[in-house]
Amino acid sequence: MTAMLETVNGTEVRDGVDRETIETVQAMAGKYKHGWETDIEMDYAPKGLSEDIVRLISAKNEEPAWLLDWRLQAYRRWVQMEEPTWAMVSYPKIDYQDQYYYAKPKSMAVKPKSLDEVDPKLLATYAKLGIPLKEQMLLAGVEGDAEPRRVAVDAVFDSVSVGTTFKAELAKAGVIFCSISEAVREYPDLVRKYIGSVVPQSDNFFATLNSAVFSDGSFVYIPKGTRCPMELSTYFRINAENTGQFERTLIIADEGSYVSYLEGCTAPKRDTHQLHAAVVELVILKDAEIKYSTVQNWYPGDEEGRGGIYNFVTKRADCRGDRAKVMWTQVETGSAITWKYPSCILRGDDSQGEFYSIAIANNAQQADTGTKMIHLGKRTKSRIVSKGISAGRAQNTYRGLVSMHPRAKDSRNYTQCDSLLIGDKCGAHTVPYIEVRNNSSRVEHEATTSKVDDDQLFYCRSRGMDEEAAVALVVNGFCKEVLQALPMEFAMEAQSLVAISLEGSVG
Amino acid sequence: MALPQAKDDALTARLSALALPESAGWLGAARSEARARLLAMGLPVRRDEYWRYTDPSSLVAPAAPVAVRFNPGDEPEAFDAIDRLKIVFVDGVFDADASDDLTLSGVEIERLDRAGQADIHWAQGTYGVLEARGQTPVARPFAALNSAYATDGILIRVTGRAARPVALVYVHSSETSDAILHHCVKLEAGSNLTLLESGPAAARFNKVLEVEVGDGAEFHHIRVQGRDHERRAATHLFARVGAGASFRSFTLTANGRLTRNEAVIELAGPAARAHLAGAAVGDGDFHHDDTVFVTHSAPNCESRQVFKKVLMNGATGVFQGKILVRPGAQKTDGYQISQSLLLDEDSQFLAKPELEIYADDVKCSHGSTSGAIDETALFYLQSRGLPRTVAQGLLVLAFLAEAIEEVADEAIADDIRSRLEGWLARHAAKAGK
Repeated sequence: MTAMLETVNGTEVRDGVDRETIETVQAMAGKYKHGWETDIEMDYAPKGLSEDIVRLISAKNEEPAWLLDWRLQAYRRWVQMEEPTWAMVSYPKIDYQDQYYYAKPKSMAVKPKSLDEVDPKLLATYAKLGIPLKEQMLLAGVEGDAEPRRVAVDAVFDSVSVGTTFKAELAKAGVIFCSISEAVREYPDLVRKYIGSVVPQSDNFFATLNSAVFSDGSFVYIPKGTRCPMELSTYFRINAENTGQFERTLIIADEGSYVSYLEGCTAPKRDTHQLHAAVVELVILKDAEIKYSTVQNWYPGDEEGRGGIYNFVTKRADCRGDRAKVMWTQVETGSAITWKYPSCILRGDDSQGEFYSIAIANNAQQADTGTKMIHLGKRTKSRIVSKGISAGRAQNTYRGLVSMHPRAKDSRNYTQCDSLLIGDKCGAHTVPYIEVRNNSSRVEHEATTSKVDDDQLFYCRSRGMDEEAAVALVVNGFCKEVLQALPMEFAMEAQSLVAISLEGSVG
Repeated sequence: MALPQAKDDALTARLSALALPESAGWLGAARSEARARLLAMGLPVRRDEYWRYTDPSSLVAPAAPVAVRFNPGDEPEAFDAIDRLKIVFVDGVFDADASDDLTLSGVEIERLDRAGQADIHWAQGTYGVLEARGQTPVARPFAALNSAYATDGILIRVTGRAARPVALVYVHSSETSDAILHHCVKLEAGSNLTLLESGPAAARFNKVLEVEVGDGAEFHHIRVQGRDHERRAATHLFARVGAGASFRSFTLTANGRLTRNEAVIELAGPAARAHLAGAAVGDGDFHHDDTVFVTHSAPNCESRQVFKKVLMNGATGVFQGKILVRPGAQKTDGYQISQSLLLDEDSQFLAKPELEIYADDVKCSHGSTSGAIDETALFYLQSRGLPRTVAQGLLVLAFLAEAIEEVADEAIADDIRSRLEGWLARHAAKAGK
C-alpha cells in the first residue's frame, strides 16, 4: 500500500495527521513574538559566581543572616556537584563564570512605593507583552466578558520584581502575594519555615545553584479556609544579555484554602544561550488545593539552534495534609532546552496530584519533561496526561516516575503519554519509571489513544462516529479543557494551540 | 575515561577467580577482544542506571554463592514428551554420555572448543560479534565477560529444516558451581529451527546465546528456567533478524533467587518479525528481571514484547524494556506490554518501559500495569462454586495466557501450561487469603 502523501510547506504529511496541526506547529516556529528587548539602564553584579557574588545578592536584597548562611551552604555544596547528564538533551558545556547572576533596572535602585512610581519604560515593556500592570484593567483578549476576570500580577524583570498588583485587595482577604525578597523582609518566619522544605537546598545541581543565587520570585500565602479572591500570576521576563534568571517561588496553601496560580515567561531573541534555573515550591496543607499553570514561552532559539533559553527548572508540590490537592498544567512551547519535572509528593491520606502537559518542540529544540508522583499516603490518587509534539529536528522526551510506597494502600495512578512526530528528522521518546511496592494500589501506564475514556468513546460510537473520529473528539475535547483552564494573559496564545489535534499519535 | 573505582575493583576481584581459557586462532582473538571490551567497561555496581532495580553484587562476587539443589521429583523433566535432540551440560560442562549423538538432518552441531581449533569457521562472524554490537548504547559487562571466559558451548548452523528441536538441558549438581556457557546459532536463509533450553544449570549461571537469523528463516526459542530456589542467573540473548525472517522467544521462570534475562534484538532487514515473551512466577525470595532492547533498523518490521509476572510473599519483578526505532525504519509496528499481578502486600513490581522513536510513520505502543487480582472476577467464580484457590489459579493462568500464546507449538505450550498449573497449585495454599 502506498500512502498518499501531501506536502505542507515542504513537510510530507502522512495519513491520519491533521493538516491544521502541522500548519499551526509550523506557524509557531520562527515567529517568536516576544523577541524584542527593552533598552534600559541596568545595574549588574560582576560577572561570574563566587561566595562574594552570593553575599552581594543577599546584601542587595537586604537579607537576614540566616538566609545568607543558607545561600552559602548551597553554594559550597554546588561547587562539589556535577551537572546531570541523564536527560536526553545535548548542549555545549555551560560556563557558569561567564554569566551575570544579578541584573536590576537602575530605576529600581530606590524601591518604588507604588506602581505609579515604577519606571514607565518597565511598564511599557509589560504593556507590550500584553500584561497591564494597572489594576482594574481588562486583560487583552477577554474584553466583553460578562464578568471580567481579574488577575493579580507580580512582574519579575531579570533579577527583580518590579511590582505586584491588587496587593491591597488581596490583603483584605488575608492573602499575601509579593516578591520573595519582600516576603523575606516582611514575613521572615513564614519564609524561614517553608523555604527549602519541599525542594531541599541541595536537591539537584540546578536547584542548588538556584538556592545559592536566587534573586527574586513570588511568594504566596493563603490563610486557613480562604479561597483566594482572584487568580494570581507571575510574569517572568529576561531582558539583559548574558544574564541568568534564578527565581524562586514559594506558595503555601494553609488548611482548607484554594488558589489558582499562573506563570508566564518570555525573553528577547539573542544568538547566545541564556540560563534559567528556577525553583518552585508548593506546600499544600489539609484540604487545601493549588492549581499551578504555566505557559512557558522563553525564546526557543532560531531554526539552526542558535540562541534560546536553557530552562532547567525544579518544581515540586508537597501535599502535606489529608485530602490536599495539586494540579500542574503546563504548555511548553519555548526554550532551546527544557529540563523540567513538576512533581507531587502525596503525603497526606486521600491527597491527589494531577499533571497535564502539552510540550511542543520545533526546529532544534530539545525537551525532556515529565513528572514524578510519589504516593506515600493511603488512598492517594494521581493522573498524568502528557502530549508531546515534535517537529523539525526537535527531540521531545517524556520522563516520569510513579512510585507507590508500601504504606500507600489503595492508591491509584493513571498515566497516558502520547507523542506526535511531524517530519522524519525529529524524535519522540518515553522514559517512564514505575515502582509499585504494595498490591492494593493500581498503576496503569498506557500509551495508546484507544485507551481514552471508554464510556465517552462508546457514546460517540453509538452516535455513529467511527473510532478514529471519536478518539480525536475526546482527546481534543480534553486538550481544550486544559487550555481553556488558563484564563489569563496567555489565553490568546494558548488558544492558538487548541487547533492542534493529536491524530496519528504514537506511544 | 577512567573507570569509577568501584567498577574497577569489582572487575579485578571477579577476574582474579577466572582463568582465560586457552584458545588459538579466531576464537582466541574473539576472546581477547571481548576481554578488552570488559576491561573498558568494568562490572556493574548498584548505582548504575541500568542496574537500578537489580542488585548485581551476587553476580559480581568472585565465587558463586552456595545454592542448594532443589528437585522434589514432583514433575516430569521439561519437554519430556517432545521428540528432541538432547545436549546435556552438568554444571556448565558438556556431558557426552547423557547427550544424544550430535547429528541431525539440516543442522550442523559442534562444541565450542572443537570449532575453536579450526582455522576458518562460520562462527567467526557470530561469536562475540552480536554481543559486541549489543554493547551500545548500554554496556552489558556480563556478556563481554562471557565471550571472553566461556568454558563451553554449542555452535549450531542450520542449513535447512531441522528434523526435530534441539534441546539444551542444564543440570545443576554442585552447590557452588559457577557456569559460563556461550552458544551461537546461525540460521541460513530460509532455514528453520526450534531451540529448547531447560534446567537451572548451576549455582550461578552466566549464559550468552547469539542468534543470526538469515533472510526468510524462522527461529523459535522456548526456555524453562529450572525450579532451584537459590540459583542465580544472568543470561543474554543477542539476535539479528534478517529480511522477512521470524524470531520468537518465550521464557518461563519459576523460582530462583536472582534471574536477570537480557534480550537484545535487532530487526536488521525489512519485514522482519521478533516476538519476545516471558512468564515468571515467584514466591518469597525471588527477584526476576527482564531487560529487553529491541531495535528497529529496517522498515516494515514488527516487534512484540509480552512480559507477565505473578508475585507473592515479597517477590520482586523488574521489567526494563525499550523499543528503539531508527531513522528510516518507517511502517514499524512495535508493541510492548509488561504486567504484574501482586498476590499479596509484600510483593513489588518495578518497571521502566521506554520508547525512543526517530521515524514518523510508525505505530508503537506500550503499556504497563500492576495490581492485585480482580476481586470482582474472583467473587464471580466463587459464586459459581469454585473454591477460592481454584478460582485464583484460573485467573492467574488467564493473566499469563497472552505470554504463553507466543509459544507456537501446541505440545510445548501444553507442557508450559501444566508446569504453571502445578506450580500454582503448590503455592496456592500460601497465596489464598
